[in-house]
Amino acid sequence: MKLVTAVIKPYKLDDVKTALQEMGVQGLTVTEASGYGRQRGHTEVYRGAEYRVDLVPKARIEVLVEDAEADAVIDAVVAAARTGKIGDGKVWAVPVDTAVRVRTGERGPDAV
Amino acid sequence: MLLSAGPSAVDAGDTAWLLAATALVLLMTPGLALFYGGMVRSKSVLNMFMMSFVSIALVTVVWLVAGYALAFGHDAGGLGLIGNLSHVGMHGIGPTAVTGHVPTLLFAAFQLSFAIITAALISGAVADRARFGAWVVFVLMWTLAVYVPVAHWVFGTGGWITAKLHALDFAGGTVVEVCSGASGLALAIVLGPRLGFRKDAMRPHNLPLVLLGAGLLWFGWFGFNAGSALGANGLAAAAFLNTQAAGCAGLLGWLVVEKRRDGHATTLGAASGSVAGLVAITPSCGSVDLLGAVVVGLAAGVLCSYAVSWKFRWGVDDSLDVVGVHLMGGIVGTLLIGLLATATMTGGPEGLFYGGGLGQLGRQAVAVAAVGTYAFAVTYGLGKGIDRLMGFRASEDEERTGLDLTVHAETAYDHGVLTHGTSHGLLHSGAAAASPFTAPAHDRSPQG
Repeated sequence: MKLVTAVIKPYKLDDVKTALQEMGVQGLTVTEASGYGRQRGHTEVYRGAEYRVDLVPKARIEVLVEDAEADAVIDAVVAAARTGKIGDGKVWAVPVDTAVRVRTGERGPDAV
Repeated sequence: MLLSAGPSAVDAGDTAWLLAATALVLLMTPGLALFYGGMVRSKSVLNMFMMSFVSIALVTVVWLVAGYALAFGHDAGGLGLIGNLSHVGMHGIGPTAVTGHVPTLLFAAFQLSFAIITAALISGAVADRARFGAWVVFVLMWTLAVYVPVAHWVFGTGGWITAKLHALDFAGGTVVEVCSGASGLALAIVLGPRLGFRKDAMRPHNLPLVLLGAGLLWFGWFGFNAGSALGANGLAAAAFLNTQAAGCAGLLGWLVVEKRRDGHATTLGAASGSVAGLVAITPSCGSVDLLGAVVVGLAAGVLCSYAVSWKFRWGVDDSLDVVGVHLMGGIVGTLLIGLLATATMTGGPEGLFYGGGLGQLGRQAVAVAAVGTYAFAVTYGLGKGIDRLMGFRASEDEERTGLDLTVHAETAYDHGVLTHGTSHGLLHSGAAAASPFTAPAHDRSPQG
C-alpha cells in the first residue's frame, strides 16, 4: 500500500476530487494547510503597509491506495491540479505498513 | 453646542428629540465595540469588546458621582478651567431642573454619552496587549483628569475655549476626537508595540463586524451631531444633513486614495473613510453649509487614509488607528471651521473663505493645540503611573495566547470539532475537562 499526499492550490480541490472519483478511488482525506515552496510566499499591500506573507493557503489531500494504483493516482492528481503557474504544489507517495478498517477490522489491502 | 442662559421652561419637542438623540449616542459605544472587535485578531476580540463595555459602566458611575458636576457646574474661580463641586453626586438636580429648554437630568445624560465613547475610543490604540485591571483604573482616572476638564473648557458654562477664546466646536471635535486621539497616542507610546508589529500582517479577523460597527456608529452620529443643537430645530436639521454629507464624502475620498495607492478599494477603507468624515464634521456640523460639509468629509477621508500608515514609520503601534482617524480627523474638522464657517450657520463668526479673515482659523488652532497637548501630557503621565504601580502591559505569554483566554477565560469562536462546547478546547484543557482520548459523555453507558 502507498499513501499519496498532494499539496495543491485550494481552488483546484474540486477538479482533483472529480478526477479521483472518475478513476474509482474509494476515499480520501482533505485538510486545509498552509506553507510555501520555492516561491517563498509573496508580499501584500494592505492599508498602506507592505507585508511579507510566507505561508500560502493550500489544500492537502491524502489517499491510501494499493501499490499498483499509486502511479495512476499521482498522474491524475498532477493533471487535475496543474495550472502551469508558480505555486501549483507537490505530490508524493510513501509506503504504508498497515491499514485497518475500523468498522470491520479488515487489514492490509482489503482495508483500502 | 450652545447653552442659552437664563431660566426658561422645558420644551416638549426639544426634550423628545434629545431623549432620542441620547439613546442614539449611547448605541455608539456598543457599535464601537463591534468596529474595534472586528479589527483585532480573533484571540483578543472579547477583550476589545470588554474595554468598550466596561467603559460604559465606569464612566457612568464617575459621571454621576463627580464628573458632571466638575464639567458642567458653575465655573470655579472664573478661569474657565473646571466647574465647582456644588452638584457633586448630582446634588440639587431634580426632575424640575432645566438647562436650556430641556431637563438638566437629560442634558447630563446626553453629555454622559459623549464621555463614555471618548474613553472607549482610546482602547483602539492599545488593542491586544493591555491588562484589563489597568484599563479599568485608567478609565476611572482619565475621565476625571482629562475628559472632565476639557469638556468644561469647551461645553461648560464659562469654559475658556468657548467663552474666552471663542473657538467653535459644535459637537466635540476637540473634546471627543482630538482628546481621544491624543490620549490614544500617549497610551500607545506607554505600552509599546504589539509583539510582531511591523512584521506580522495582523489583519482584521472579521470585517463584517467592522462594517456593522461602522454602520451603528454612523447611525448614532446623527444623535451626536444633530443632538448637539440641544433642540428640535433647523440647526439640528442642518447638522443632521451635514453629518450624512461628510460621512459619504469621507468614504469616497478614502476609497479613491486606497485604490490608487494599494490597488484595491477595501471594506476596511470604506468603514474607516466614513468614520473619518464623521469625525471631521463633528466640530463643524454647526458652522459649515452642505458644500462645506462635503469638503470637510473629503479632506478627512483623504488625509486620514494617509495618516494611518504613519504609525509604521514612527514605530508607534496605534493598533486600530485612533490617531490616524480620530486625532487627524478631529484636527482637520476643527481647523476647517476657520476656513469654511459661514454666518448663516454660526450666526456670526465666518471663516477665511467666507470673508472672515484668519482670526477664526487661529482660534481653532489654539483650541486644537491646547486640547491635544493637555490630553497627551496628562494621559502619558497617568499611563506611566499606572504602569509603574500595577503594570499596564499584559505578559508576553498572555499576549501570544490571546487576552480572551488568558484574561477573560473565554473565546469568541468555537468552530473546531475538538474544541466544541468548552471554553478552552479539549486539546488545551486541564485535568478537569475530558481529554481527547476519552469518549464524550453521551457515548458512555449510564453506569459510566
